Amino acid sequence: MLWQVLEGLSQDSAKRLRFVPGVVFADEGAACGQSPEDRAKTLAEAKLVLQTVGFPWHIVALEEVFSLPPSVLRCSAREPVGTEGAYKAAVDSFLQQHHVLGEEKQSRPCPQHPQGRAGPPTAGQTEALSRLFNSVKTLTAKEELLQTLRTHLILHVARTHGYSKVMTGDSCTRLAVKLMTSLALGRGAFLAWDTGFSDERHGDVVVVRPMREHTLKEVAFYNRLFAVPSVFTPAVDTKAPEKASIHRLMEAFILRLQAQFPSTVSTVYRTSEKLVKAPRDGCAAGTPGPRCLLCMCVLDVDTADSATAFGAQTSSQLPQTQPPVAEAEAPTVSCCHSGMGRAQHCCRMEADPRACDPRACVTAQLCYGCRVNMKDLVSGGPSPAREQAGAGLGLRLRSPGTSGSSLLQPSLDPLPPYILAEAQLRSQRAEAEQEIQERLLEAEDGARPGATSAEQAHEDGARPGATSAEQEGADGL
Amino acid sequence: MAAPLSVQVEFGGGAELLFDGVKKHQVTLPGQEEPWDIRNLLVWIKKNLLKERPELFIRGDSVRPGILVLINDADWELLGELDYQLQDQDSILFISTLHGG
Repeated sequence: MLWQVLEGLSQDSAKRLRFVPGVVFADEGAACGQSPEDRAKTLAEAKLVLQTVGFPWHIVALEEVFSLPPSVLRCSAREPVGTEGAYKAAVDSFLQQHHVLGEEKQSRPCPQHPQGRAGPPTAGQTEALSRLFNSVKTLTAKEELLQTLRTHLILHVARTHGYSKVMTGDSCTRLAVKLMTSLALGRGAFLAWDTGFSDERHGDVVVVRPMREHTLKEVAFYNRLFAVPSVFTPAVDTKAPEKASIHRLMEAFILRLQAQFPSTVSTVYRTSEKLVKAPRDGCAAGTPGPRCLLCMCVLDVDTADSATAFGAQTSSQLPQTQPPVAEAEAPTVSCCHSGMGRAQHCCRMEADPRACDPRACVTAQLCYGCRVNMKDLVSGGPSPAREQAGAGLGLRLRSPGTSGSSLLQPSLDPLPPYILAEAQLRSQRAEAEQEIQERLLEAEDGARPGATSAEQAHEDGARPGATSAEQEGADGL
Repeated sequence: MAAPLSVQVEFGGGAELLFDGVKKHQVTLPGQEEPWDIRNLLVWIKKNLLKERPELFIRGDSVRPGILVLINDADWELLGELDYQLQDQDSILFISTLHGG
């Protein structure tokens, strides 16, 4: 893809591309268990290629997720789309700029030092990353986590340096595999975003996939015939057996099918083209629902829906996080089911000053696919095979081999701090909103104006530690 | 009786991991009764070059789906796949397009 962009931007191509690109290389060696020497070698090779290309380049290590701000997980509003006139004006000014800089750029070598790199990652960060990935039980969850963290990191780099679009090199074959894998992972609701040409779920930064029409075979041939330099680095699933993860299994399945029926990949691709990004039923136009904490898609879950397997999953999770007393189960289940239209975390007990168990709070802010992932992420005990997730939900109540009263408490510590901080912020804000909502309802019953009751909410804020959150929530409202 | 052949076998896209990281191998195939074709070559590679995890490279008679084979920079499907008869100084390139290895 890089080579094609290079071609497209060159002076003598027929239809010149009109944008200023930069290149990001994410070093994931720590997650894959590579030794520092191997990582250094890969980085050196990558730098060589990047310098040849000549665009401004940024090398980021995956360890930098530990210093990401929580704002990465927030969807920023997009700038208003300009009209035709604005576009032409923008192109003209761009061309003028480029013309002026044109001669300068040719003579000036590309920057020698990488931009935006804070220096090699510290050993502590590398160790924290290794710990995070080692705490993941299944390879599938590892791959998903890696993708999520990588997306966040690249998003952050793009936002910091003012890039409005991120182009990924996903080919037709990879996207076909990704489509089927997403279906298997429970992300069917977001197929259009995950595999479509453009993905605007982050708001200000759009992810586009310009290579999605080329199969891997074409790309490989192109690289070979045009002598495109490439850097090979092992991934988390290198040399893993075929059934080690859902991704591998699906890849093997599709490729094997493709060998016999050469139209497989293109059929899957054409089908994915027909997917439409429709807003959820019931959401008023223009007011998007709450978003998943990790993948930032609009949540596809309904806490009120108790008849589905998902409802069973949510209600079965609650006894896990509290002391397994039989009497406690009944009120928590009803609290969950009666939480229609309320804030997404249904574990909130009325008089409980400890508000929300952190794990349940984080889980409640995730979409279905991310929730299934999270189970493998921070499970304290052995979890049943993922493929039995549908049937085995009831089994998750008690991990095998442990006595009834001592469930292993899973810890969220390995997760990067920005995720936990954002989760806490969201739950506090939701609680504050709910609190104020209740006050308003009470006020309406008593025929008092809404403004006065909001003041009352401020005065009545007797919950320790939550006053600031309430104020913040009120400000936000 | 086929004369000994000298061919260049190359690996790319990660396949070299299975061959000790060495991308280019200049090999001399010994003379034998049947002429050398890709099928025999694969058997020979499995016996002599492949260092580990044969199932990640070879599947049954042929290469694993997802591994491209280029003979003299041309797709092997155009040349008869496994039945292509090797000539002296041919260049066979195996590119892995699989995600993991």
